[in-house]
Amino acid sequence: MSCEPWQCAEIASTKKANPIQKPEIAVAMIKRAQRPLLIVGSNATERYMEGKQLIEYLIDFANASKVPVVATAHMVGEFIKRGYQPAAFMNAMEIGQRVVDPEWMGLDGKGHPDLVILVGLPYYVESLMLSGMKHFAPDQKTMTLDNLYHVHASWSFPNATLEEWAANLKVMTSKFNGGN
Amino acid sequence: MTAKNVHVKIDEMKTGSGLIKNLELSIGKVINDNYTEPMGPTPMPSLTALRDWDMKLLTKYKPFYMPDCDLCCLCTFGKCDLTAGKRGACGLDIATQSSRIVMLACAIGAACHTAHSRHLLHSLIEKYGRRYPLDVGGLNIKVEAPVSRLVTGIKPETLGDLDDILTYTEEQITQVLAVGHTGQEGNNLDFESKAMHVGMIDHVGMEVGDIAQISALGFPKADPEAPLVKLGIASVDRTKPVVMCIGHNVMPSVGIIDYAKEKKVDDKIEVVGLCCTAHDMTRYYTRARVVGPISWELRFIRAGLADVVVLDEQCIRTDVYDEASKVGSPVIAASEKNCMGFKNRTNDPADEIVSDLVSGKVKGVLILDPEKVGEVAVRVAQQVAPIRKRKNVLPSLEELTQIAKTCTQCKSCQRNCPQDYAIPAAMKAAAKGDITLLTDLYETCIGCGRCEEACPQKIMIHSLIIKAGEKSMECEDNLCRSGRGAVSDVEIRNVGSPIVLGEIPGIVAVVGCSNYPKGGKDVYDICREFASRRYIVVLSGCSAMSAGSYRNSEGKTLYEEFPGGFEAGGVMNVGSCVANSHIAGAAIKVANIFAKRSLRGNYEEIADYIHNRLGAVGLAWGAYSQKAASIGAGFWRLGVPVLVGPHGVKYRRMLLGRKEDPSNWEVFDARTGNKVNVGPAPEHLFNMAETKEECMVAIAKLCIRPNDTWKGRSIKLSHYVDLSKRYLGVMPNDLHLFVRTMADVPSTMKDEFVKILEANNWQETVIPDPTLLPRMVRKMKE
Repeated sequence: MSCEPWQCAEIASTKKANPIQKPEIAVAMIKRAQRPLLIVGSNATERYMEGKQLIEYLIDFANASKVPVVATAHMVGEFIKRGYQPAAFMNAMEIGQRVVDPEWMGLDGKGHPDLVILVGLPYYVESLMLSGMKHFAPDQKTMTLDNLYHVHASWSFPNATLEEWAANLKVMTSKFNGGN
Repeated sequence: MTAKNVHVKIDEMKTGSGLIKNLELSIGKVINDNYTEPMGPTPMPSLTALRDWDMKLLTKYKPFYMPDCDLCCLCTFGKCDLTAGKRGACGLDIATQSSRIVMLACAIGAACHTAHSRHLLHSLIEKYGRRYPLDVGGLNIKVEAPVSRLVTGIKPETLGDLDDILTYTEEQITQVLAVGHTGQEGNNLDFESKAMHVGMIDHVGMEVGDIAQISALGFPKADPEAPLVKLGIASVDRTKPVVMCIGHNVMPSVGIIDYAKEKKVDDKIEVVGLCCTAHDMTRYYTRARVVGPISWELRFIRAGLADVVVLDEQCIRTDVYDEASKVGSPVIAASEKNCMGFKNRTNDPADEIVSDLVSGKVKGVLILDPEKVGEVAVRVAQQVAPIRKRKNVLPSLEELTQIAKTCTQCKSCQRNCPQDYAIPAAMKAAAKGDITLLTDLYETCIGCGRCEEACPQKIMIHSLIIKAGEKSMECEDNLCRSGRGAVSDVEIRNVGSPIVLGEIPGIVAVVGCSNYPKGGKDVYDICREFASRRYIVVLSGCSAMSAGSYRNSEGKTLYEEFPGGFEAGGVMNVGSCVANSHIAGAAIKVANIFAKRSLRGNYEEIADYIHNRLGAVGLAWGAYSQKAASIGAGFWRLGVPVLVGPHGVKYRRMLLGRKEDPSNWEVFDARTGNKVNVGPAPEHLFNMAETKEECMVAIAKLCIRPNDTWKGRSIKLSHYVDLSKRYLGVMPNDLHLFVRTMADVPSTMKDEFVKILEANNWQETVIPDPTLLPRMVRKMKE
């Protein structure tokens, strides 16, 4: 599908995300990153694909990729209920503010993330967070795993159907050592 | 007050030396100062008078900008691309541009309230005279205008006194607007300071408007038992002609009600309101009805319920005229700020205007005389109702299914819906005869109509949603407490100590508009949760309507279930937008009445007191407007944290503390001059909560203050932990930052706390007499 912002009015961007045409490309970039971080928002339990909630796909992905997860809103409890312990839980703005701070040393205090991946936040919230990162941490690489094109990310999947989204997430999970 | 205009007019006077006729004498000002409180350091502060205070807050709570746009398009040098550190032709970078937009939004909001107040004051002075006395609570209120006293140093006694206060606010708003011009301010924190300045001014402007209308129009005066008024579409008697007023300025509604009463037809028509004008008309006339928040405009009009629509000012859909035309409802615009392109008929005879509107010769008129609006609106409604016969534009259920079948599933509706609602799925189901998903949308839709604008098939999607929700609409018969206005001095005395010491765990002010992420029920749930926990819950505006729109298992609305006082477990509605000033006023009065701090022109000290001691949080769950921004900014300057719902992120900037940075949380202990780390209390000054669940926990945490006694802190922490377990499913991960001594630990949670404290190398500290102001230290350390 198209590489236009999912919400049609979100067009006021001069620097647009590179489209991720295949999930393998996203996997390669995540594998290349030394300190990736995955921020998961409240839509993780609102979006369904093939009868499963997004959060279930993300748990599979996080287990396989070992990318540490920051759960925003009330998602921490949802992860724990499903047997997955996120690395941290934090308000979306709080983690956004830390990402744009070059002196922030990451969740473990050992270094700033070199790739920040967002997924499952309300579209407009995620869009603005990515905008904040684009402007105030211009060297920060950002990616979104949503099926909605995010213009402010460094890399974004194009707008895609739920079926395509599910397939992408499953392929990504399978490409990591911990994947099935 | 300190200055008054003296105006003597003598029509005719016989004296020993002759006859005097038509003598008018004006003396500019005379001093009549019966306000004995000493003047503080910052009466009528200029743009920079409180800059140092702002910078203290902005050092603690740093802006996190999220630009909505990479460009600046405000001058002809542009458009300038400011992406990622680039500067525009004027030299501005994106942080500064973002703060500039925040400031301009706040200035628009403040201008809106102040202009509203100016119109009210002008109208009321014209009718009642400058010397009309102010009375906002009889003998129960001595501090009648806490915000105005604090900011301007003026103690107003009459309507005329308010004039001087308003003149000051108007000057300051002009100054702030000037700052927004190209080539003025060049630093983001200075823009932020000015945003706070104009936010503070906004609260003065709002206070002037509300105490003027309370005094002159006989609104409830700080009454915890202000009447319960009807709320909801189903509360409207549709067998009678219906006059629907939309907006915020009550004067046209007053004209309508007065005319109906004078002609003894007030029981033969329905006068209903939408948005804040509804609050104020029910404060004036308890038989008026509150239809609902701003997002109900299209519902009410398209359902054919309004026989005449009267528009005053602010938050009115600018396409009301088109919508009303489709159902044959004439429109009367009644504000200079909102002429709608109509011909000005103010000076035409009422008979002619009524005839033109009833015959359909014209579909809308501009009338700037509230009394004439009253006559025309009532007469038109009476004559149009039998002709219109509730004409509406809603399809039948059969038609709905047929229309839904024309949907091509292009998803344009969803992609234009601010909430990203799954409208295509609802249309698909409706095409098969299942309207359940459309009915669900009725509960959460904010009624903006963007889906229809986007639809290439021209499907009136919102009308389908309304039709699907018709049964729900027919049940919307609830109750709202009429806006009570100010908090009385007696109430402040009763709760001052337990609030400041932390034993009442907090004040939650749920204010603002209805751009909710998942409907108004969240507001009800939040209010009920905190009232049940014996927080003080204060409401205003559209939030106050949403809170009253649901019932508990016993069939009681929130206003019936909880008392209406400023007390533990109270749920009080202060009233309309301009009544928000009473919430700031209550905080200020705690500092003044309970703590005996001087108010007059003493802003910084009072804000420092409130910030460090008063566990108050503002929540604007559905904030959408510039006015909401300026109201928030007024609270920021007082040091009161404000939370917004997810759409609030579109204000493009948060003010966030960093809890892990100890240097962020140092205060002076006023007793010793020592610097003490008090932890992140409150953690943020402006933040967004993504979900209701997160919001619940954030509110409890943001009520924590450095001054809490161990008992108060223990109570606050027990709520914080309990809410976190319930809504997030985990223990909070920052408890060690809020425990100062073991006495702070809730006794029933001691084991859990001890483990957390040990794991975090916690060390005991002292409970200071906290202040951010070195001058407040009684004994500075050598």
